[in-house]
Amino acid sequence: MLEVKCLKLTLNGKPIINGLNLEVKEAKIHGLLGMNGAGKTSLANLIMGISYPDEGSIIFEERDITRCTISERAKMGLTLAWQEPARFEGLSIREYLRLNKNLSLSEVENYLWTVGLPPGEYLDRAVDANLSGGERKRVELASVMAMKPKVAILDEPDSGIDVVSLPHIMNGITEMSKQGSAVLLITHSEEAVGVAEEVSIICAGKIINSGPPKEMCRWFKNNCQTCNHIGKPSYKGV
Amino acid sequence: MLVVKEYESLLEAYGKAGGNLDALENREVGNLVIHKNKVLSVNEADGIKVKTEETKSGVNIYFLVEEGVKIKYPVHLCFGVLPQEGLQEITLKVEAQDNSEVNVIAHCIFPNAVDVTHKMDADIKIGDNARFSYRETHYHGEFGGIKVIPKAKIRVGKKGVWESTFTLIEGCVGMLDYDFEIFGGEKSTSELLVKVFGKKEDDIRITEKIHLDGKEARGLAKSRLVLIDNAKAVVRGETYGNAPFARGHVDCLEIVNGDGVIASAIPVVYVSDRQAKVTHEAAIGSVDKKQMQTLMARGLNEEEAVDVIVKGILR
Repeated sequence: MLEVKCLKLTLNGKPIINGLNLEVKEAKIHGLLGMNGAGKTSLANLIMGISYPDEGSIIFEERDITRCTISERAKMGLTLAWQEPARFEGLSIREYLRLNKNLSLSEVENYLWTVGLPPGEYLDRAVDANLSGGERKRVELASVMAMKPKVAILDEPDSGIDVVSLPHIMNGITEMSKQGSAVLLITHSEEAVGVAEEVSIICAGKIINSGPPKEMCRWFKNNCQTCNHIGKPSYKGV
Repeated sequence: MLVVKEYESLLEAYGKAGGNLDALENREVGNLVIHKNKVLSVNEADGIKVKTEETKSGVNIYFLVEEGVKIKYPVHLCFGVLPQEGLQEITLKVEAQDNSEVNVIAHCIFPNAVDVTHKMDADIKIGDNARFSYRETHYHGEFGGIKVIPKAKIRVGKKGVWESTFTLIEGCVGMLDYDFEIFGGEKSTSELLVKVFGKKEDDIRITEKIHLDGKEARGLAKSRLVLIDNAKAVVRGETYGNAPFARGHVDCLEIVNGDGVIASAIPVVYVSDRQAKVTHEAAIGSVDKKQMQTLMARGLNEEEAVDVIVKGILR
């Protein structure tokens, strides 16, 4: 469904993404696990078209989208939930969830319930600074679900949120996959990728290992969390 | 006969501008309709007294909300000048007596202005524990040939509440010189909000001043502007913390989207009591990039994304 081939991005002479390859399969949750500074958000930005690579290509449903705009990618069925989602004055949650689709009110309500936000309380609230970090992330996930995307990139949906919000977010991610959306779940937490079917580990802009979640989580814990080769992968096996 | 025609024409414009025509016909709802210097309709709801005096260039109005009365329905005011040229000077004296409560919705309509001046000088007194909400919305034509000069001095009593919103987003602003000044008493709450969409050659000057003179007085001076084409704007937001535990904030946001736009914000925060605290934030710039990218990632194109952001800010 989504393939990233030999992607390279250099900023100020420093390689950020360094020949990265990745495949996300239809309706599957693919976890991307990596420490801070590994290149996770840079990869998300490249896939969504927020920035463009120096080399390599991004293939979506067999079409090369490497130079497509954000809007073009979104119209094809690709979307992104930011780690720190933007806030919007004067835009209600109801309107935010109905930005691009003529969703019925009951559908909008269902998406809010899925992420644990009672519609009666939230539909008419603004997507602004009055929402807590956890609420805002849940709204973001609901809005991604409302797009019914073919592929959703979720950049650290689990980071910096309260314990009440976390299970709702994980539930939302699982529901998305059940609805038929593929998910690229980007995180630095091995607990979060427990919902994934496959996990890849990123370091210094490269995928350095891939496999089933349990095996990769163990590997990540033993190798990445104790690694002092920040930005210089020490594992040569991949 | 002429007055009837004027009234009908103004009502038609009022309806087109989104005004509530039913409210003007309901005897339970207070209203006042003025065209140029002619009072076309007055209805005093229970608990409200309105006196008017027509002058050569406008109308003097005395508006009283009686003590302890909570007005059930919003009071509707309609001011307008329908011809291309004209001067309308409104002198407004408002007294909301202690423990009263009222919402006032004003529509100011100048759809054909080529050389029109609309001035308002208001002297407003909000009694102790009284609440006054005032929303003024302007509807201008596309010519921009209008000067709007609303000035108000508002005194808010102990535990009194003043909330006002001035909105000018339909049509061309022309020249706007808005100047509201509040003197907040003990435990009073005052909020000023101005929303303006400037375009073409619009010239916008906004001054919001809040003096927090009473202990524990609260105040917010907020402005939201979107400027395109060659519009120019100067926004002054001033808050003075003059009493113990007074808290004030100035919040100005100006979105600029045009090569000829000039925007400035001058926040003034002043404290003369060591237990008072006033803060400010001001931002001027183009549409937020991350907001744009977020909306585009939901499938909107660039133009649609700007539209959603701007409408939200001015809502």
